[in-house]
Amino acid sequence: MGRITLDKVSKSFGDVQVIPPLDLTIEDGEFTVFVGPSGCGKSTLLRLIAGLEDVTSGQIRIDKQDATHVPPAKRGLAMVFQSYALYPHMSVRKNIAFPMKMAGIPAEEQERRIEAAARALNLTDYLDRRPGQLSGGQRQRVAIGRAIVREPSAFLFDEPLSNLDAALRVGMRLEISELHERLETTMIYVTHDQVEAMTMADKIVVLQGGVIEQVGSPLELYHSPRNKFVAGFIGSPKMNFIEGEEAAKHGAHTIGVRPEHIEVSGESGTWSGIVSVSEHLGSDTFFHVHQTGLADTITVRADGEVGFRHGDRIFMTPRADVIHRFGADGLRLA
Amino acid sequence: MSTQPQQPAQEMALGATVPKAAAQPATADHQAGTRHARTAARLMMAPAVILLLGWMLVPLTMTLYFSFKKFLPLRGGDLGWVGFDNYVRFVSSSAFWPSVQATLVIVGGVLAITVVLGVLLAILLNQPMWGRGVVRILVIAPFFVMPTVSALVWKNMFMDPVNGLLAHVWRAFGAEPLVWLTEASTQSIILIVSWQWLPFATLILLTAIQSLDREQLEAAEMDGAPPLSRFAYITLPHLSRAITVVVLIQTIFLLSIFAEIFVTTQGAFGTKTLTYLIFQRVLESQNIGLGSAGGVYAIILANIVAIFLMRIVGKNLDA
Amino acid sequence: MARAITPQRKALNTALAWGVGLLIFFPILWTILTSFKTEAQAISDPPVFLFFDWTLENYSVVQERSDYGRFLWNSIIIAGGSTLLGILIAVPAAWSMAFVPSKRTKDILLWMLSTKMLPAVGVLYPIYLIFIKMGLLDTKLGLVIVLMLINLPIIVWMLYTYFKEIPGEILEAARMDGAGLREEVLFILTPMAIPGIASTLLLNVILAWNEAFWTLNLTAAKAAPLTAFIASYSSPEGLFYAKLSAASTMAIAPILILGWFSQKQLVSGLTFGAVK
Repeated sequence: MGRITLDKVSKSFGDVQVIPPLDLTIEDGEFTVFVGPSGCGKSTLLRLIAGLEDVTSGQIRIDKQDATHVPPAKRGLAMVFQSYALYPHMSVRKNIAFPMKMAGIPAEEQERRIEAAARALNLTDYLDRRPGQLSGGQRQRVAIGRAIVREPSAFLFDEPLSNLDAALRVGMRLEISELHERLETTMIYVTHDQVEAMTMADKIVVLQGGVIEQVGSPLELYHSPRNKFVAGFIGSPKMNFIEGEEAAKHGAHTIGVRPEHIEVSGESGTWSGIVSVSEHLGSDTFFHVHQTGLADTITVRADGEVGFRHGDRIFMTPRADVIHRFGADGLRLA
Repeated sequence: MSTQPQQPAQEMALGATVPKAAAQPATADHQAGTRHARTAARLMMAPAVILLLGWMLVPLTMTLYFSFKKFLPLRGGDLGWVGFDNYVRFVSSSAFWPSVQATLVIVGGVLAITVVLGVLLAILLNQPMWGRGVVRILVIAPFFVMPTVSALVWKNMFMDPVNGLLAHVWRAFGAEPLVWLTEASTQSIILIVSWQWLPFATLILLTAIQSLDREQLEAAEMDGAPPLSRFAYITLPHLSRAITVVVLIQTIFLLSIFAEIFVTTQGAFGTKTLTYLIFQRVLESQNIGLGSAGGVYAIILANIVAIFLMRIVGKNLDA
Repeated sequence: MARAITPQRKALNTALAWGVGLLIFFPILWTILTSFKTEAQAISDPPVFLFFDWTLENYSVVQERSDYGRFLWNSIIIAGGSTLLGILIAVPAAWSMAFVPSKRTKDILLWMLSTKMLPAVGVLYPIYLIFIKMGLLDTKLGLVIVLMLINLPIIVWMLYTYFKEIPGEILEAARMDGAGLREEVLFILTPMAIPGIASTLLLNVILAWNEAFWTLNLTAAKAAPLTAFIASYSSPEGLFYAKLSAASTMAIAPILILGWFSQKQLVSGLTFGAVK
């Protein structure tokens, strides 16, 4: 069980309010991702749930129990830290055993769970090493192992992949997702990487300035962002925003068009411009188009074979059914 | 959140929308922790703070109190308030200016010798060589010798005009041995104290030199700077901070050297420093009021140096 | 090393450095050698360097005549006691400053260091008076207290820098793993801080062992440690070089050995971290 409810929770550091009162419910078994730019309050929110910070006002409930003033150790949550926070003076085995030792779990049971976790995380051969002798990915797995053995009601992840290199990151992403499929335990995952958010989450919480901008499934956020901030934050490369006359044609202050929703052609189209940079990824090509009369740059995603070069004039046609319309206040128009 | 890495610009670019909550103070996390922890922390700090506060305030107040009194424990005891009389008398006594001079000469001499030799030695020890670890140990050793031992060994076994080793050396060259502690008393004290403090200066300057970015020297070499210019324009400026620290810390310790004078000249032959003068006023002639006034001068002097040192340390705390 | 250094250059460095090193070390070496000579050989002209009749006689004479053992014991109690007491008081303080810092932490730390700058002679008489009143004069307890107080700022400082190197996330992880304050200190903090505490201990034993202002001025016969023992040789016994050397060697040997182990910590400890 792991249903977590935040009721008008706020947090201030001295005079600075970093999180104005907010409400949020995380359902049992859900994989929830807090995403937002640096300093948006997502880590603070996670630490409030963990009990590592006092809430300034409001209530946190875990499985209907008021946990607002319960110390972190008693909340039944496990956390994986950005720096992994492994105990450097203990072997991998002792690191994983530590929370069980604290909980007073019998030695045979500890051993059984360590073996099981080590097998699941490919750590069996490393159990007697110290964290200092492991690679980044292995350390990450030890941190996860330490979290799973105590069978918490929810896992908290604080940017766990940001210290790994790109290739490892993709692998660990999959492993964490698989772990969630297998355990079906509530997971709360903090990241600034919208790709991680989109690929892993059941539910994404987009934060900015301590305020929740939108809560929804990845595809909800992609298809119907509630405002310009969410629209720009979700999706890569990011959405093109066009203001002025072209937006007025659609009855909006601003329209947003995703790069993948624009067709390119060498002969004709709705808009035209000059290719400034073309990025060839093999599968796709991104064109950064200038001199369109619409915005500084329009980014377009095309097929890998499309081969315009710097200085070429190209024509672009947006797909009419996926044009997002926003009002002057930045909110989505129905 | 202070440990959060730089955001990948591409995915994070928000166009014109600047994330307004970048306002979350970077120090917030450091001041974090729960209320319970903060109370406990204050309690845990209390013993150390209270003890040091007492250690500082009680004697200081008493010294100030005595300094305004005529107080001769062996000749009548407390003879009443005398205002600033002691302060004036301490400064106008015939022993005062010579003691200031002796203090300045000894402190200045030791500083000059230890810093110059320290820099040279640090550079030498930073060169590739065989057995550097052993040499390091040899050089550092004098620092661990207790002051009374080093003073006594130098006085008797080296500076003795008849049997001292230096006398043997002088005679070997056909020279008349020096009666070190009377004929060159100040220089002798400077020599002894420099020997004790050279390891300290060397060790700190060596540590500083080792932190010098090798690429900086290589860049200077590529720019065509010869070795001497590299030393003058790269190494020496890099060492300036360490040199300042050495000077300040040594000054504080050197201003109060005591054992070295106590077991060698007992303050005779122009080696009576301010510290030793105060010591004599207090313990030998038992003139507490006068000694306390001198003590206040010494405290003020040390504080002037300490302020500069604390500034450097404080800056380092922020980094 | 990017470029090869010519062997000649390296040989030159080595010779020069060893020469300077031995010159600086020579007074200590000479003292140790002399302690094994007879009194006659100690003052022979020309001096003998290595080829003399090695004897241990001086050591036994010194022990018999001046009861070296008692001074040694006093030194051990005073240096060890003041350091242990200091650590006991400093560990909680340093812990709280490192892990639960407030706006004033930095100021408190700097203020603590500044008390170290107080010239001893400025407060000599008040301390002397307090000691007489409290019956602490010429007692080991009195010196333990005074030396603890003068070294407390350095102990706090050193422990603070060591604790500061322990990442806060590790302690939070322990808290998440169910550790209370006691377990956190016992299983996580202490094991991780032991190297730091050990070097703090070492450096402060050295400083207390060699302290020569308070130990000379606040003791007479009973509680006098080795600093005073040696000072008693200033005359006329100091003219017996071999005995003086034996006494000196015994007084400095323990600390010389400890000191060589603590040279790394010396820099950060004595410069309050201003040089790293």
